[in-house]
Amino acid sequence: MKYTFEMILLGVGAFLALVGAGFAQDRHFEAHMWVLFFVLLAGTVMLMRRIEFSPVSAGRAPPPPPQSEYFDEVVKYGVIATVFWGVVGFLVGVVVALQLAFPDLNIEPWFNFGRMRPLHTSAVIFAFGGNALIATSFYIVQRTSRARLFGGNLGWFVFWGYQLFIIMAATGYLLGITQSKEYAEPEWYVDLWLTIVWVAYLIAFLGTLLTRKEPHIYVANWFYLAFIVTIAMLHIVNNLAVPVSFLGSKSYSAFAGVQDALTQWWYGHNAVGFFLTAGFLGMMYYFIPKQANRPVYSYRLSIIHFWSLIFMYIWAGPHHLHYTALPDWAQTLGMVFSVMLWMPSWGGMINGLMTLSGAWDKIRTDPIIRMMVMAVAFYGMATFEGPMMSIKTVNSLSHYTDWTIGHVHSGALGWNGLITFGAIYYLTPKLWNRERLYSVRMVNWHFWFATLGIVVYAAVMWVAGIQQGLMWREYDDQGFLVYSFAESVAAMVPYYVLRALGGALFLAGALLMAFNVTMTILGRVRDEAPIFGAAQPALKAAE
Amino acid sequence: METYTAMRQFADSWALLAMTLFFLGVVGFIFRPGAKKAADDAAAIPLKED
Repeated sequence: MKYTFEMILLGVGAFLALVGAGFAQDRHFEAHMWVLFFVLLAGTVMLMRRIEFSPVSAGRAPPPPPQSEYFDEVVKYGVIATVFWGVVGFLVGVVVALQLAFPDLNIEPWFNFGRMRPLHTSAVIFAFGGNALIATSFYIVQRTSRARLFGGNLGWFVFWGYQLFIIMAATGYLLGITQSKEYAEPEWYVDLWLTIVWVAYLIAFLGTLLTRKEPHIYVANWFYLAFIVTIAMLHIVNNLAVPVSFLGSKSYSAFAGVQDALTQWWYGHNAVGFFLTAGFLGMMYYFIPKQANRPVYSYRLSIIHFWSLIFMYIWAGPHHLHYTALPDWAQTLGMVFSVMLWMPSWGGMINGLMTLSGAWDKIRTDPIIRMMVMAVAFYGMATFEGPMMSIKTVNSLSHYTDWTIGHVHSGALGWNGLITFGAIYYLTPKLWNRERLYSVRMVNWHFWFATLGIVVYAAVMWVAGIQQGLMWREYDDQGFLVYSFAESVAAMVPYYVLRALGGALFLAGALLMAFNVTMTILGRVRDEAPIFGAAQPALKAAE
Repeated sequence: METYTAMRQFADSWALLAMTLFFLGVVGFIFRPGAKKAADDAAAIPLKED
């Protein structure tokens, strides 16, 4: 009877969802509440099946689990969820890429591009990236604090609550429910739920830090804490809205016009800065030292990296609104801070790369290290390209073109994707107590599939974007535009097909990872020759 | 509009100064005497055990 209270809550929630469906003000809300009802009902039934009816042994309750151990069960779930949502997100990405190349693949109304695109972005950023961040932060904060995760079952609430958020967001997009804010599409009731889950996440993380047995807070935790706190602030402010009805899916933003736009991109760019950068830097500062078995190159540089990143990123958002109604000074401010950001970003990149100083051979012998190094290299590339694109004159060419899409993907696939894959390959054998991964050679294959996929993707989008930008701005000597918009769309077809190919390569690598991780969890070990020059497992230093 | 002007002026002056000083303080603190040893100890935290 461990989960009585949770089961009752879920049951009540399911009932309320049913009531919500019955009294819904619009059919979107009704459909969404039916989804919620069935999800919560399934959760209730699953918890019910866990009840044990065997009598309590005479006068003695089973001994409580030892509290000194780390709470790793939720991290295991997190790793599996990361792999699962990763494959889903990449798959939807390939589908939307194909929809752009072959418009007949738009299946009305649920699977057209307009609904599938936020499904893709949210699946990769929030479902894949978010689960990776939650799982790794729980793993790292426990080990570097030498304390069990704070709050007992709070970790479970964070994990399952976050999955519920993902499901509600994803089904909402397909049903056509959106508040039309990029990367913040879910409507008010889903936003409220995420707020609750996020506060629980903050309590679990901060509580672990406060009950730590290690005097110093390791720098990875600083990055994770900045990520959690800032995302809470961004999410709440950007989603301030008034619902039309408490049983309806529609709401109106608290801001209007250019204020709304600036708030949105203050949110949007800091989602990049704190979700996709700070959080993943936490991974970098833990997993690269662990995998290389060397301390970080310069701990003091990592602290400067942290504070300068925190101080500068928050101002960079206006560069998304160059040449709009936003006041000129705000545009210039965004541009200047974006350019300044280049310094801390590269400081961090150098710090990550130089951690391998004296152990460069590991890039050749350890595909996991190679993956992490490539991730940091892409971090460096994306954080060079970003400031460059934020310069107004460059932006006047690149803005609204596919160059932006290419930039985002070299950051997201290259940096976030590869560092997460590296972390998963590190974590899986550790969490399930396996001697090694099912196959190290498959990691090598994954590395090449992923890298080749990103290179194809980014290179194609550079060409596509610059061509688009040049076509849009070309005037003839009479002062007329040379190309119509439709002509610039038609010119993109070959690039879009190639882009889908790059995405498919990346997806193929992720499928290999899913297979490799599954076999590792099942305890299988592939009979294969070791990577040339790699240390044999038996000879590895004890950890 | 009055609130905006006041806040804007505060942000442009004292708040900016405070943040700059804080940042410089952090950098100065990192390079204080003895910080190298403390930093090396902190860097070893993840490698100590599992």
